[in-house]
Amino acid sequence: MSGLLRSERVRAWVWQAVILGGLGLLIWWLAGNAARNLAARHIATGFGFLDNAAAIPIAESPISYVPSESSYGRALAVGVLNTLKASAVGIVLAMLIGTAVGIARLSPNRLASVCAASYVELLRDTPPLLQLLMWYSALQALPAARQALHAGPVVLSNRGLILPVLEWQTAHWAALAALVIVAGFIWRSAARWRWALLCVPMLVWAAMGAPFEMERPVLRGFNFVGGMTLSPEFAALVVGLVVYTSAYIAEIVRSGIQAIPKGQWEAAGALGFSRAQTLRLVILPQALRVILPPLASEFLNLTKNTTLAVAIGYQDIMSIGETTLNQTGQSIETIVLVMAFFLIVSLAISGGIGVLETRLARVGAR
Amino acid sequence: MGLARVVGLLMAVLPWVAAAQGSGSATLDAVRARGSLVCGVAGNIPGFALPDSQGVMRGLDADGCRAIAAAALGDAGKVRFVSLTTTNRFTALQAGEVDVLVRDTTWTLGREAGLGLLFAGVNYYDGTAFMVKKSLGVDSAKALDGATVCVQPGTSTELAIADYFRVNKLKFSPVTIQDLQEIRGAFMAGRCDAYSTDGSQLAGYRSTLPVPEDFVILPEVISKEPLGPMVRKGDDKWFDLVRWTFAAMVAAEELGVSSANVGSFATSTNPDVRRLLGIEGDLGKQLGVAPDFVANIVKSVGNYGELWTRSIGPTGLQRGLNRLWTQGGLQYAPPLR
Repeated sequence: MSGLLRSERVRAWVWQAVILGGLGLLIWWLAGNAARNLAARHIATGFGFLDNAAAIPIAESPISYVPSESSYGRALAVGVLNTLKASAVGIVLAMLIGTAVGIARLSPNRLASVCAASYVELLRDTPPLLQLLMWYSALQALPAARQALHAGPVVLSNRGLILPVLEWQTAHWAALAALVIVAGFIWRSAARWRWALLCVPMLVWAAMGAPFEMERPVLRGFNFVGGMTLSPEFAALVVGLVVYTSAYIAEIVRSGIQAIPKGQWEAAGALGFSRAQTLRLVILPQALRVILPPLASEFLNLTKNTTLAVAIGYQDIMSIGETTLNQTGQSIETIVLVMAFFLIVSLAISGGIGVLETRLARVGAR
Repeated sequence: MGLARVVGLLMAVLPWVAAAQGSGSATLDAVRARGSLVCGVAGNIPGFALPDSQGVMRGLDADGCRAIAAAALGDAGKVRFVSLTTTNRFTALQAGEVDVLVRDTTWTLGREAGLGLLFAGVNYYDGTAFMVKKSLGVDSAKALDGATVCVQPGTSTELAIADYFRVNKLKFSPVTIQDLQEIRGAFMAGRCDAYSTDGSQLAGYRSTLPVPEDFVILPEVISKEPLGPMVRKGDDKWFDLVRWTFAAMVAAEELGVSSANVGSFATSTNPDVRRLLGIEGDLGKQLGVAPDFVANIVKSVGNYGELWTRSIGPTGLQRGLNRLWTQGGLQYAPPLR
């Protein structure tokens, strides 16, 4: 028996079981406590409210949503999609700009490196909320809808940037289908077939009459009708978060590049590589392994910072969640849903980066 | 040692006994132990609750808090004001951060049934309205089809305009910002065509603008917004005290009792006045407070009409629905007896 207890593995198991049990008890006590208190305060509980009609007016929605007809569940789904839209666009742009600034900071060109350094310092040293509010007021200073700026079919006013959109017809669906089919066929096949990827869908589209009509924004009543609107709220959120996060990403990229021994540069130079080639083919692939783990944190930060949207009126999951809990009084339920959403997204992002890391590690080991 | 001395001794001892036993209201006991009332208000709405240049909270809601303090503690000055937003107000009351919430909050079935809270009365009958810039050339809410409307999230305004536009088959696009200054800034910058909230708030806001004439409040009042004080469920004695504090101020106006003349009613023969001011009867005792609690409220804060004239009057709003029932309004106090 005493031999069993002395065993390193058994002791480790016992400790883990004790800690897990304690954690379970704590959660059980917290849940029971919350339920008792809610009952004592006569507050209704449960997720039944998700089916009730939500009178939340929502400005932008990727799925159809009608206030005071659609349910709270649907309203929250709109919030989820709006958050995902802002974070996905934000992550891609922050990554691109951050990398460019990080590289510029190490540039032998004095102007480029000083500009990049001041970009990083200025943006890292001010709070993101302040930056968002600044961008939002800047966008509000644009002319009103009736005095909007026109550049061809594109319209810019304090109601947003409105772009013409293609009127989607059967021919476009057919061309899209052709693209998918061709891509399926030439997957992993020789590069000489790649031209078909563009030509076949074009031929299909042309065969069906080559329809190409644009839906242009027109001023009607108070606002522009038609076209695709990039709202000032969405733009301020994305620009604010991209600019703020890219400053951090730039530093991560810079440290990643500097972590690569100088000998690599010299060796590539000796082989006749230009600076750009060295960077693209030799340095960045190696630096990526150093860059990825902190980069994942920045992606997570950007995603979580989208909740600052409440301040500038972009209706993300937090904004819609807050209104829902305010209208229904179901604070615990709504907060649990919002937290579960962020947990899932965060786990997905770190999981994705983790997969990339292991793949890179294998490449590096070869 | 006459009978008077025995009675005097008893009078001196009785409050101690009562205090030892508690008032039967956990909230009232907590307020007395603390020596002050914690009152949740907006803190940024002219006419309802807004600090003046000396930092003193002024407005109809703020004075409502003072009246409750005058009733519960005998001193209208013992109030600590907590400014709450439209989204954190209910949580603050539910969690016990404030004893009472007097924050332009609309009495609805959903809020009473779902939030574990109760409305103790109506201190202002309001309704949702729209304000637009005069230059927009709009003179009716029906003409707002396709308009962008600025509205604060978590308010009953949101519910009202969603219904109004749906019923009238009109379209609108919302801009929802929580912070009051930010949402007003967005309206001013022209991000929205219309700003929607309670009519009283629009009038209060319009009166603070440099050129109020450049802005129009549209004639349609699209919803009923009875605003009133809220308390937690489960403390009925505290609910009673808050409800009857507000009723007493209306009753005082009905009977013509004001802060200026309350002293002269000491010799009144009108039984309603004598009961109201605690000269006869035991209204105060039934509520667990001093017998002259109404006299205290009126002396230090005023009757309902005085509160109205002092707070809402300067915004230029007509009293309308908030006149006494005897003058065609809705303010009606149940009998205090």
